[in-house]
Amino acid sequence: MAVYEHTYKPYAGPLTTEWSRFLVIPRHAFRDVYRSKFFIAFFALCFVCPLIMAILIYLHHNLTAMAVFQVNLRDLAPINAFFFRVFMGIQTSLAFLLTVLIGPPLISRDLANNALPLYLCRPFSRAEYVFGKMSVLLILISTITWIPGELLFFFQCYLDGTGWAASNLYVGGGIFILSWVWIILLALLSVTISAWVKWRIAASAAFFGLFIISNAIGFMVNGVLQTRWGHFFNLFWVLRTIEDGLFREPNSAGLPAWMVLSTSAAWLSFGLFCAACLFLLTRKVRAYEVVR
Amino acid sequence: MDNALKKPSEPTASVAVLPKPPELVPAASVIQLDGLSVTFGGRPILRELRGELRGRAIGLLGPNGAGKTTLIHTLLGFHSPSFGTAHIFGRDIRSEAKQIRTQIGYMPERDSFIANMSCVHFVRLMAELSGLPAEAALERAHEVLFYVGLGEARYRKVGTYSLGMKQLAKLAQAVVHGPRLIFLDEPTNGLDPPARQRMLELIRQIRDSGKAHIVLSSHLLRDVEECCEEILIVKQGRIAVYCNLEEERKANLKFLEIETRGDREPFVEAVAALGCEYALTTEYRLKLVLQNGVEIRDLYRIAGEHNVQIRRLNFKRDSLEDIFLKAMEGGNGSL
Repeated sequence: MAVYEHTYKPYAGPLTTEWSRFLVIPRHAFRDVYRSKFFIAFFALCFVCPLIMAILIYLHHNLTAMAVFQVNLRDLAPINAFFFRVFMGIQTSLAFLLTVLIGPPLISRDLANNALPLYLCRPFSRAEYVFGKMSVLLILISTITWIPGELLFFFQCYLDGTGWAASNLYVGGGIFILSWVWIILLALLSVTISAWVKWRIAASAAFFGLFIISNAIGFMVNGVLQTRWGHFFNLFWVLRTIEDGLFREPNSAGLPAWMVLSTSAAWLSFGLFCAACLFLLTRKVRAYEVVR
Repeated sequence: MDNALKKPSEPTASVAVLPKPPELVPAASVIQLDGLSVTFGGRPILRELRGELRGRAIGLLGPNGAGKTTLIHTLLGFHSPSFGTAHIFGRDIRSEAKQIRTQIGYMPERDSFIANMSCVHFVRLMAELSGLPAEAALERAHEVLFYVGLGEARYRKVGTYSLGMKQLAKLAQAVVHGPRLIFLDEPTNGLDPPARQRMLELIRQIRDSGKAHIVLSSHLLRDVEECCEEILIVKQGRIAVYCNLEEERKANLKFLEIETRGDREPFVEAVAALGCEYALTTEYRLKLVLQNGVEIRDLYRIAGEHNVQIRRLNFKRDSLEDIFLKAMEGGNGSL
């Protein structure tokens, strides 16, 4: 219908598939996100480390280049599990900062503008709404964690041959699983805080605070009660323990044995954090708040 | 779209005569309430609502806290019924909420928008969430914004709009996907008279297009009277009245209001002798119901015989206000 025909007209065209509608949210969210020059600069910065790592891997296998620079990179920076742990450490830290930048307003802006009824009066469930909001982070963090990580891993496998690949297959799996552990936790925490704290600055502070305070509380409980279970509530330590397990390097921090959390306990803690976030989201993400 | 609506014209003050819808079958049930009950925290908000709503434009009335908005929210699937259920276009709201929502548009009472988006972007997003492909959604967003009168302002951010413009933006997002049933919750809230007339004109146009049913919840009886053919009055969570306004008016065609001068005692006795019921309202006024076989000229004849002047004679048609007040006095209506 042309715009000059001012009429009410039902829509009779084709509809998109139901499962794909949650992707509308990240598509529109990216338009806002990429308007910020600061964000674009930061996002570009996130690819510096993968680039340097790729160059290092390339130089490792280029004897001519090593001869030119007169450096033996094989001794200086061997390509092993530790190399990829360093990569993951840098990238997950950047993912954390990226979440702080774009996570807090995801749901809080809709709540502040009372926009939830507009989303939920459509063929669009609460779960799809939350997943749509989370997928903004899932997509962006994926592009700076497991995607470049796996590309680096396959690049190294390609250059070094099947022998290296066979003995380091767990590294490839570790990069993928650890990335998703971080992605899920960051995205869930971010949207949960966003749903409960409407003010953006306060939401960002709460996100930072949750990691710092849980870290402090974890060590305090461990110190006072002489136990390891304080780390059960310590997000950083839970993630670190999972990482140790995935990269087959238990207690990489060198803590006293009585303070080391088992890998299974770390996974349990991770599951409980996620469940708590989902519970809080179901309490808050509603079309209307019912005052009982 | 030959029979569709034309651009809004100057508003008419009186209740429009409703043409027959070209596409919708009036007899088909739009909303069927099957003992619908909603309880919050042990407090019943809606109590066993039963009935079948069939009108093209249904006015939802009731005092504050009567349960109007809760009824709309429950039909939209925002709240779960504690007992009973309801059907919209034959689909159960308990089990087929998602399918129902594909056919529904909703304009909430409170300000609801995404502040930092341009209006066309906002309406497009809402259309895409309703299932329209991106290109069709953009095209429809432009069309519908011109339709509601925001065409020139469609690239402005919704947060910068005036209250009237925000109301129109809310209407635009409610109709962008061409729903078959539109819930309008207080659409004229906070609007100045021209903006209110504009909004009512749009609602009437959508109604008269025959392509969508409308449920209009409002505190303003005049708005409902101007737009709706049926009314549902909710009181304390129950249905107090459900009626067709036109039929109610027709039923009251023989109800007269007369103003007289002179000694009216013998006049009213003579009228009563014809079998007409009457009630003296003020010193000069009386109401009476004409019996079959009694004509207006009989009244003039009797008045002449008893030397009484009839200064004014009106057919008193029950206004919506009368129906509403009667319902609030306690009478339970029936469906």
